[in-house]
Amino acid sequence: MNRFDYIRPDTIADAVAALAAFPGAKALAGGTNLVDLMKYDVATPARVVDINRLPLKAVEDTADGGLRVGALVTNSDLAWHPQIAKRYPLLASAILAGASGQLRNAATTGGNLLQRTRCYYFYDTSTPCNKRVPGSGCSAIGGVNRIHAILGASDSCIAVHPSDMCVALAALDAEVEVEGPQGRRIIPFAQFHRLPDHNPELDNTLEPGDLVTAIILPATDFGRHHTYLKIRDRLSYAFALVSVAAAIAIEDGIIGDIRVALGGVAHKPWRDRNAEQRLRGEPPSEATFLRFAEDVLRESEGCGQNDFKIELARRTIVRALMQATRGTPQDQSDKVVR
Amino acid sequence: MEALQSNIAHIGKPTSRVDGKLKVTGRARYAAEYPAADLLHGVIVSATVPAGRITKLELDRARAVPGVVQIFTHENRGKAAWLDRKWRDEVAPPGHPFRPLHSDRILFDGQPIALVVADSFEAARDAASLVRAEYDIDDFCTELEVRRPEAYDPPEKRSGIPPPPEPRGDAEDAFDRAKHRISSEYRINAEHHNPMELFGTTCVFEGPGQLTIYEKTQGSQNSQGYVTSVFGLRSKNVRVINHYVGGAFGAALRPQQQLFFAVMASLELKRSVRVTLTRSQMFYIGYRPDTYHAIALAADNKGRLTSIMHDAVAATSHHEDYQEAVVNWSGMMYHCDNVKLSYALAKLNTATPCDMRAPGASVGVNAFECAIDELCHDVGIDPLEFRRINFASIDENTGKMLTSKALLECYQQGAAAIGWDRRPVKPRSLKDGRELVGLGMATGMWDAFLMKAAAEAKLTADGRLEVSTAASDIGTGTWTILAQIGADALGLPLEAITSRIGDSTLPASPVEGGSWTAASNGSAVMAACEAIKATLFKHARAMTNSPVAQAEYDDVVFAGGRIALKNDLARSLSFAEVMHAADLAEITETGKAAPSLLQMRKYISYTHSAVFAEVRVDEDLGVVRIPRIVCAAAAGRIINPKTARSQILGGVVMGIGMALHEEAMTDHRLGKIMNHSLAEYHVPAHADIADIEVIFVDETDEKVSPLGVKGLGEIGIVGTAAAVANAIFNATGRRVRDFPITLDKLLA
Amino acid sequence: MPQPSPTTMVPIVLTINGVRHELSLAPWVTLLDLLRERLGLTGTKKGCDQGQCGACTVLIDGRRVNACLVLAVARDGADITTVEGLATGDELHPLQAAFIEHDAFQCGYCTPGQICSGVGLMQEGHAHTREEIREQMSGNICRCGAYTNIADAIEDVIARQSASREAAE
Repeated sequence: MNRFDYIRPDTIADAVAALAAFPGAKALAGGTNLVDLMKYDVATPARVVDINRLPLKAVEDTADGGLRVGALVTNSDLAWHPQIAKRYPLLASAILAGASGQLRNAATTGGNLLQRTRCYYFYDTSTPCNKRVPGSGCSAIGGVNRIHAILGASDSCIAVHPSDMCVALAALDAEVEVEGPQGRRIIPFAQFHRLPDHNPELDNTLEPGDLVTAIILPATDFGRHHTYLKIRDRLSYAFALVSVAAAIAIEDGIIGDIRVALGGVAHKPWRDRNAEQRLRGEPPSEATFLRFAEDVLRESEGCGQNDFKIELARRTIVRALMQATRGTPQDQSDKVVR
Repeated sequence: MEALQSNIAHIGKPTSRVDGKLKVTGRARYAAEYPAADLLHGVIVSATVPAGRITKLELDRARAVPGVVQIFTHENRGKAAWLDRKWRDEVAPPGHPFRPLHSDRILFDGQPIALVVADSFEAARDAASLVRAEYDIDDFCTELEVRRPEAYDPPEKRSGIPPPPEPRGDAEDAFDRAKHRISSEYRINAEHHNPMELFGTTCVFEGPGQLTIYEKTQGSQNSQGYVTSVFGLRSKNVRVINHYVGGAFGAALRPQQQLFFAVMASLELKRSVRVTLTRSQMFYIGYRPDTYHAIALAADNKGRLTSIMHDAVAATSHHEDYQEAVVNWSGMMYHCDNVKLSYALAKLNTATPCDMRAPGASVGVNAFECAIDELCHDVGIDPLEFRRINFASIDENTGKMLTSKALLECYQQGAAAIGWDRRPVKPRSLKDGRELVGLGMATGMWDAFLMKAAAEAKLTADGRLEVSTAASDIGTGTWTILAQIGADALGLPLEAITSRIGDSTLPASPVEGGSWTAASNGSAVMAACEAIKATLFKHARAMTNSPVAQAEYDDVVFAGGRIALKNDLARSLSFAEVMHAADLAEITETGKAAPSLLQMRKYISYTHSAVFAEVRVDEDLGVVRIPRIVCAAAAGRIINPKTARSQILGGVVMGIGMALHEEAMTDHRLGKIMNHSLAEYHVPAHADIADIEVIFVDETDEKVSPLGVKGLGEIGIVGTAAAVANAIFNATGRRVRDFPITLDKLLA
Repeated sequence: MPQPSPTTMVPIVLTINGVRHELSLAPWVTLLDLLRERLGLTGTKKGCDQGQCGACTVLIDGRRVNACLVLAVARDGADITTVEGLATGDELHPLQAAFIEHDAFQCGYCTPGQICSGVGLMQEGHAHTREEIREQMSGNICRCGAYTNIADAIEDVIARQSASREAAE
């Protein structure tokens, strides 16, 4: 870990100014990913802006019936918040599927959005990686890529976004509230994370000096029809090979609003709104969902060791949608996938 | 006699660890936790290529970090032995031991190329990250499959590792003529020990040439011998202490990098130095080598084995011929007249592999027991019945008699506990919801060694006994069982006994490995205690008006801190009285344990087990759950059923890791392990482990060791992965021959 | 663009096991290294230093957290309990006693983290079944494989606590 300039502002404006002053400045919240990356010398910020004193710890109702979650609300507090449990159980479930009790107690809402890929090469500074050192090449292509992307990858990067929480946020059409040098703005979740293209060093659309201050959950009502299903290499405390956040409104035995986001398969939580649109009006059934899964995965492509993830994703989508349809969301302590 | 009632037998009684309180309160100190005045911190810089030479080292930026004291590289390494053999530790395999910073040559990725020493850990860590090296990279290969055609029979055999036995009968002919036969190839990926404690050494500089070294090792005397030999120090000036060892599983049998660096820096800088490896660096200090197993088996209609062929190829490094007994087990697990076994090595550009829990057996038996399951399926016989039919009552490799083998009891009790009769005969025929259900089993086997060991026992007049031997407790329960043995030997309460282990100045002990510590060090402690009893008795008889004056040794008992006549317990003397009369403040005696060479000509000893697993596999997603495992072990006398059970639990959990999770993922283009972290090298987590039942069947063995003890450290892992894999076959109809069985292998 | 120069020392106050510590620390010192290397509180273990094993679990303001990923300066003012602070005098915390009773450890290295994590889990109050205990303890790796005994110990203490609560009601 390098030595750095440490600043602990009390106001959002001071934090933004401190971040904007140096392009290498990093905001420190829970530290569960930044400190990890600093110890691996993957992140070597010249300045660390400790934002833990900022007033970003509230969970509040919004005027239009949604919820605004401060960026410093911890993952645990969010997952167990009574309003979340009641109104957004899909989000609670996704958060509890990730990391560990200890990590969730420290990790924050904003930080979860900004966590970086778990690509082996990104984490190992002795290997080329375009995300870490732009232009150095992608070692994962043709290398150890069991956990890598099957959708939306580029020839510069095949890394995946590791978050569980973000997969649920994508399904929920959340928004990200950002405070930057030019003031406050709202970024729709789908536009927050980005695909790698030719500049995989950029995980998201934030500009230098931007600070995530909150996420905004729209008023939604999926009733009983949702689930977060995560498939991984051990039964807990592992990143997703494939995960599915699904929410369906079923009206009179017909699929109405449906949102399906995939985790572990792309550089960002993956949604295919066209495929979702095509599913509307259909009766929920295994056959329907299989067609949908094939639709979503029509452009999927493996890179060797991860080829199996295409089939795994197909089956996980179907199972998740069946769980959602039945109104029996996956319990994260129950290791039987029902 | 109230006093005599404290003579409850401790051996065989479930006993909580005597070191338990220290461990649950955080007061048990591990190697990197000892304070020292003016302590310096060393951080190792690792090579980033697998073969070649260092052409340039840039140290300026590292040196500029405030607090950096010195940076050691091959260009300024401290004085150390030149001769290769000086670097050979007690358990080194044949070859050239790795000598850190010996030259600019790179032998494996992750090889240490520099040590940064600073006045704080943070400064050393920061500076180490700023060291830059350039290399000329040589050709290299880290892929066993590629090197396999060049596999060779190691010319020099590793001490203590029996090479495969000579063939018996005509296995090929019997195979060709057999009614039922299978021929399969198994692959078991490289694994890493990953004990929870990071490898660390605190070297306290006591004066020129004089060191006290707190070291993570399974053998304080092995480390001590290494340090004195490599650095030319006098034995009496180097003391190695390893009171508590945070797991090791074989990784700390040989002295590891951090010991060399802490000592070298300490001697050069004349300061105390602590060096701790990172978790990533622990992936380069040795590993369970990847192995390929070509297995061909044949049986007749009745399920009698008629041919066994098992050819294994295992990875080793370029500089050492690491060897284990991989295939030998296949020649003695069952009765068979036609057996042909071979074991060969292939060199890779990696660190030298290193013994890992049940080295050899855990992979060889795993592959073999899966192949047996294939044969059972082919014959159409119940796998348990097959094993009973082919029971071997002697060691057919050597023709020696077995000192005991209560394996049939293991089969019977284990099968009853798992409910073997529930096992669907037809694979993929039992379903519960979306899960396919299956049962599988395997036999396990491991050596029951008795090694040379010495101990000392000291009885003081206050009725306290201290037993000492340079053994190590790596979680095995050694602290506790030695106290139990001492307590029973002298008839004292457990609280009156102090164990002393984990110190190179104590009586000679082998490294803690091979499951031999309880039998070997335990027997030595017993012998030392017996000597104390003899001395006490001698003095008791000499006392005036002694109640035991006319008694022979066999006529008395030692209980409750007294010597009493067996046939009249009221007539007794306290130890204190005896010692007072003899004017002794203490009695100190030594004891030894050693195998009987005479007995070994005729007999051989093994620990046996039967492992039964129930698995559930999601029919679409391939997610595997293991709701229940039963391990029934025949391990002779169980000194402490509580800690013994834990030993088996641990072996089973690591076996589950072998079955489902653990593998080093190497990028063979770069010659690098890529998942060098506990996030990406998966070991079983809490959620993966459900119900494990441990059964110890009764087994009396008076020959295996003076205590009748066989040892338990390895047996729990042997057979477990096979039982799981066989259960997965029973559940899914899918035979996965490439371990670990990750879910992708069950999807197709 | 010029880079800022590294901060030297940051004054902070931490209460650790009930003792107030006024410290001056470089910002890159983790809470784990502060405890182990500067304060002699080596009960908190370093097993990976990357948040991947749970051996360093401590309670910060009553919540279990991986000390290895916490920059000490960022927790200025916090109240920290380590394994050394769980017992009351000579009387072990019930979970410490249960760990001994159930032989919930072997080498003992992950043990302080397991115990602090277990105490944190019980305070969180979300684990009511054995499956929930196992899931919520999954951030603590035990390579010796004492998981079933650890679950037994935690289950035992939770059961006794709820029994005594019921008795009190």
